[in-house]
Amino acid sequence: MENLIGLLVAVPLLGAALLLCGGRRLDGKGHYIGTVLAGASFVIGAVLFADMLGRGEHDRALHSKVFSWIPVGGFRADVAFQLDQLSMTFVLLITGVGTLIHIYSIGYMEHDERRRRFFGYLNLFLAAMLLLVLADNYLLLYVGWEGVGLASYLLIGFWQHKPSAATAAKKAFIVNRVGDVGLSIAIMLMFTTFGTFTFAPVLTNADHASEGKLTAIGLMLLLAACGKSAQVPLQSWLGDAMEGPTPVSALIHAATMVTAGVYLITRSGAIFNAAPDAQAAVVAVGAVTLLFGAIVGCAKDDIKKALAGSTMSQIGYMILAAGLGPIGYVFAIMHLVTHGFFKAGLFLGAGSVMHAMNDEVDMRKYGGLRKYMPVTFITFGLGYLAIIGFPGLSGFWSKDKIIEAAFAKGGTEGWILGGAALLGAAITAYYMTRVMLLTFFGEKRWVPDEEGHEPHPHESPSSMTIPMIVLAVGSVFAGGLFSVNDAFLKWLEPVTGHSHGDSPLSAAAVTAGTMVVLAIGVALAWAQYGRRPVPRTAPRGSLLTRAARRDLLQDDFNHVALVKPGQYLTRGLVYVDHKLVDGVVNGTAASVGGLSGRLRKLQNGYARTYAVSMFGGTAVLIAATLLMRAV
Amino acid sequence: MNPVNYLYLAALLFTIGAAGVVIRRNAIVLFMCVELMLNACNLAFVTFSRLHGNLDGQIIAFFTMVVAAAEVVVGLAIIVTVFRSRHSASVDDASLMKL
Repeated sequence: MENLIGLLVAVPLLGAALLLCGGRRLDGKGHYIGTVLAGASFVIGAVLFADMLGRGEHDRALHSKVFSWIPVGGFRADVAFQLDQLSMTFVLLITGVGTLIHIYSIGYMEHDERRRRFFGYLNLFLAAMLLLVLADNYLLLYVGWEGVGLASYLLIGFWQHKPSAATAAKKAFIVNRVGDVGLSIAIMLMFTTFGTFTFAPVLTNADHASEGKLTAIGLMLLLAACGKSAQVPLQSWLGDAMEGPTPVSALIHAATMVTAGVYLITRSGAIFNAAPDAQAAVVAVGAVTLLFGAIVGCAKDDIKKALAGSTMSQIGYMILAAGLGPIGYVFAIMHLVTHGFFKAGLFLGAGSVMHAMNDEVDMRKYGGLRKYMPVTFITFGLGYLAIIGFPGLSGFWSKDKIIEAAFAKGGTEGWILGGAALLGAAITAYYMTRVMLLTFFGEKRWVPDEEGHEPHPHESPSSMTIPMIVLAVGSVFAGGLFSVNDAFLKWLEPVTGHSHGDSPLSAAAVTAGTMVVLAIGVALAWAQYGRRPVPRTAPRGSLLTRAARRDLLQDDFNHVALVKPGQYLTRGLVYVDHKLVDGVVNGTAASVGGLSGRLRKLQNGYARTYAVSMFGGTAVLIAATLLMRAV
Repeated sequence: MNPVNYLYLAALLFTIGAAGVVIRRNAIVLFMCVELMLNACNLAFVTFSRLHGNLDGQIIAFFTMVVAAAEVVVGLAIIVTVFRSRHSASVDDASLMKL
């Protein structure tokens, strides 16, 4: 069984190698190869899952060492895998949702001449993410972490002939790089503190290290998580990443990439448990981001960007839960899995709508699509109900638990966090209802595209609808299934630990409160977008709306706070380089050149001049010799 | 006669030769001035040989003559070639070896 773990990563990696190196010969069947290999990875995952279920609660973790990677003296870094319940959950999510997205992409990318390459990148993405969650040490995790960054760069910029896509890819890569620096510093700190970066010894010895060091490690890990999971202050890349093809957005937002930060924090739980300050920072980041993303999501007219804001907000929930410590880890992961289902479903639905509407993304130019795209409407609708936390659907179970856990943090902090989470739930209900109403309800506001083609909305091919149906089923039932007998809690508890907090509110009160804010959010959206006709061009809006349309000025802030000073600094350095460094170098060269220009005149080609210099030299030598003798 | 007088003569000859090299333009004359300097040196060597009572100076004088003979051959060949190509034996006309 242990050997299968390596295969889990190797299979999609093989797919990437085949598709990217195979050349045009594979153009006709590349997408099938990619999809089959992703599916094979899922099957291997399922086999391992079945095997894991067959074993007792505490010996479920599997270890497999592939080879010794960097053996230097006493220092060892191995390519070794660890498959425990936490990794297993991620493996099934990544390969399962990943495979569905592969299937969807067969239809979605049908007319793209670079489809083979696209599938190669998708496979690479899966392989990197699997490596990230299966590594048994931070160094190997870092390899997967970078691989995910690379794959996301390649996929976001897949249509690199569009300058906006190329810029978005660069932005994502650079912002991620800031987070990566955090992770590498965290790994170095771990090495100096613990002398190793294998999970088991680091995490079991976490209690023995000084709190200051643990706080430093925790904050650096948080920085890393902020980069990959698009949390404030490194959130700016996520909205622009919508430039990539829609299946990529689904993959980034549901199965891979943004979930990596939550995984990192949950996996390093022992470090955060022993560093309350770092934990407080995690919670703050989560709470701020969940509101930030939600507010941005409310103002966007671009369907994908609205969903992107929503992802940011939902990941904020997960980070918040993970920051709560043992009360929250399980729920963070549970929300991550249910979110994986409904967000992938929503994105695939959005892709299906765009497919039908000549790639129009402005929701104000949709309207009334429910009659034309019944499957998309129903699956998207179920995803919508799940994400707002409609009772009984997936999102309800996981989000409710997080809100409960936030209140259970206790004290003023608990009230603030719980209040933020509740407010977030209300805003989520508002913006998702808005997306739903603008897209599927109301009158048709369609406009012809630039070439004058009237949109003729039609249902997408079955390769696209089947994944959407499967994901919709997951969005409906996954949460409930996990909550039967607290199954998910019992499954993850041996790895992450769990404790019940003292909530000032009863579970029933929290649920009731959530339902009330949910109803308010939906009602507000209905009042604004359901009752009244929606204009094709966005009204000017309030100051907040205008700020939110610009992503709450994130880019302006980055521009003023980072880009401008950076430019001034580089300009200053360039000036110093020009004037000082180049001045010294060029000055030396110029003076040597001038001197030799004068010395050159001595070489006038007349034999007698040379003879005179010889005589003169001899005379000087003789004079010197005589002088020396005289002295 | 005092042998030192020969040294004076050698110095005089050398100076004449050197002045000729520096002043004259004709390659042949230049060449003869060089020979004059060589012979001045030979005279000095032979005189010192006589003064010191050994044969070292005379041996070196013979060497110089042999080398000078070889040099004359090469030098005259160069002068003749230059004259053929430039129709002039003036060394100033051949001042091309400069930047």
